[in-house]
Amino acid sequence: MASDRIFGLVVVIGALAFFAGALAIQTSFMSDPLGPRVFPILISGASLLCGLAMLARPDPDPEWPARAAWMSMSVALVVLVAYAYTIVPLGFLIPTAIASAAIGYLIEPKAVQSAVMGAALSVVLFVIFKFGLGLGLFAFPRALMG
Amino acid sequence: MDTLANLAMGFGVALTPYTLFLAFCGCFLGTIIGALPGLGPSNGVAILIPLAFALGLDATQALVLLTSVYYGTMYGGRISSILLNIPGDEPAMMTTLDGFPMARQGRAGDALVISGVASFTGSFLSTVGLVVIAPILASIAYLFGPAEYFALYLLAFATLGGMTSNNQAKSAFAACLGLGLAMIGLDNSTGLPRYTGGNLHLMDGIDFLVAIVGLFAIAEIFIFIESHGRNSAIGVTLGKLTIPWGDLKATFGTMMRSTGLGFVAGVLPGAGASLGSFMAYMAEKSYVGAKGNFGKGDPRGVAAPEAGNNAAAGGAMVPMLTLGVPGSGTTAVMLALLMTLNITPGPLLFKEQPEIVWGLIASLFIANIVLLIMNVPMVKLFVKILMVPAWVLMPMVTMVSFVGIFSLTGSYFDMLLMIAFGVLGYILRKLDVPTVPVILGILLGGQMEDALRRAMVISNGDWTFLFSTPIAVGLWAFAVLGFLAPMFLRKMLKRPPVPDSANED
Repeated sequence: MASDRIFGLVVVIGALAFFAGALAIQTSFMSDPLGPRVFPILISGASLLCGLAMLARPDPDPEWPARAAWMSMSVALVVLVAYAYTIVPLGFLIPTAIASAAIGYLIEPKAVQSAVMGAALSVVLFVIFKFGLGLGLFAFPRALMG
Repeated sequence: MDTLANLAMGFGVALTPYTLFLAFCGCFLGTIIGALPGLGPSNGVAILIPLAFALGLDATQALVLLTSVYYGTMYGGRISSILLNIPGDEPAMMTTLDGFPMARQGRAGDALVISGVASFTGSFLSTVGLVVIAPILASIAYLFGPAEYFALYLLAFATLGGMTSNNQAKSAFAACLGLGLAMIGLDNSTGLPRYTGGNLHLMDGIDFLVAIVGLFAIAEIFIFIESHGRNSAIGVTLGKLTIPWGDLKATFGTMMRSTGLGFVAGVLPGAGASLGSFMAYMAEKSYVGAKGNFGKGDPRGVAAPEAGNNAAAGGAMVPMLTLGVPGSGTTAVMLALLMTLNITPGPLLFKEQPEIVWGLIASLFIANIVLLIMNVPMVKLFVKILMVPAWVLMPMVTMVSFVGIFSLTGSYFDMLLMIAFGVLGYILRKLDVPTVPVILGILLGGQMEDALRRAMVISNGDWTFLFSTPIAVGLWAFAVLGFLAPMFLRKMLKRPPVPDSANED
């Protein structure tokens, strides 16, 4: 119940924000009869109804994960974001090995097994992507490669 | 005759050694993707689309590769259903009911062969159906103007959530979310930015591939971390494979009936493969009646859902190709593929780029035959691959997703966006909000708005124009009906029959 109430509220607020955003859209004097605002306004209206329906008739709560699982998922999120930022400056191999090992460890917490898997996966995927599929990847930091 | 000539041309386009090689690779990959629990047709095809582009394949080659993957996943889903009692993907759910009992009786090999042949029958005949029906539907679709298209998009959104989701408000919201996300970027007709917040990365809008990979593949990673990969495969045994000719003969009628039902379910908007296999199984069960051994390892219970879901997969291509409106999650992903290739499905496609349509149809036939040849003798190999544990599989999925998106767009912003969609996908899944309408909204939002605006240009702002033709009115009626009907049907299906005594007071 509570989850759907909160979600419904978020949807309602989001729909109102989307409506405000639609009013702020610049329009040009050369526009068609409908203009760029009407369709977004229709969408915000429909979402508003959906949000209100969820508030009025919430479903039973889903089974939310325990605190430990939340922690694991947050760590995974941080790892993924860090991976997105580092893959260009640091090259493919090192970030991939670390990120794969981390995700493997989060699914099955065995340190050595994950580390070996991460390193192996990173090398195998690099060979497949670079030489099998011909993608333009760099193995190591470009600064080192010259 | 026209159709046969077109088909011959299609085979001419699709039957080169390189495309055959791609079809083979696609079928192989597809079967594996379908068999692995946690990877299904939608996310399997989704993570491969960016890679197909990075490879620099042309339109026909990319289509051959990815349709082979699509059909392959429909074959592969049955393997883990039968051996592990875990459906490899959603449409294979019904196959567990009789497939797993057969495996426990030591008839796993028989079940795999029967379901393989049933899959082939279903998808082969439904591809024939596609060849017959699609050109007819395409010629009707010529009559569609912007008002009809607007109603048609509405129909697609109204029915897509309907059958599978439990809460109409949630599936409608999912569609709105997708449509809203489609508004981000430059407006087509005025050229002014909308909802970009001044961010330059958002000027081009959100790439739907980023959204698809995020919602399907990255969200799956969070689900696996939450469950610690409990669904992965352990301890599978499979004896010697022989072909059970007797069973094949006995289930022939079943396969034919289920194919027919599945095809119809696939063509209808919003039904898709899962409903196809469900309907086929239930219909066969009631057709056979008390004589059957359903639920305890009846070969017909394996043949029916497999023929049904593969036939539905073929049927779902009909509205996608002729109208540009997909009826299921996987065809939505296929539509994304076509749109990235700069191919706009719809009636014009049949007239202007026949080599693409017929090449695609020919590649469906090729994929089917390759899959039959591959699936019966090589099933042991697939069973081996099925043992890949989740802690190897999920990092692999992550890395393939990242590399795919990175090589497609080359920007870290898109990777971050993909992760954001992954988080969103996880939350939506938890709250029982379907994600397929979100994808469809992002894919079709621009076109839907265009249709509405063109209609208003034609009528000079008169809204009654939207209901001015019988086709449009019909589509609106179906949309409203399709949206409201599941609410009542669900009540009727779920509410237990009222005991007589309760009516007395």
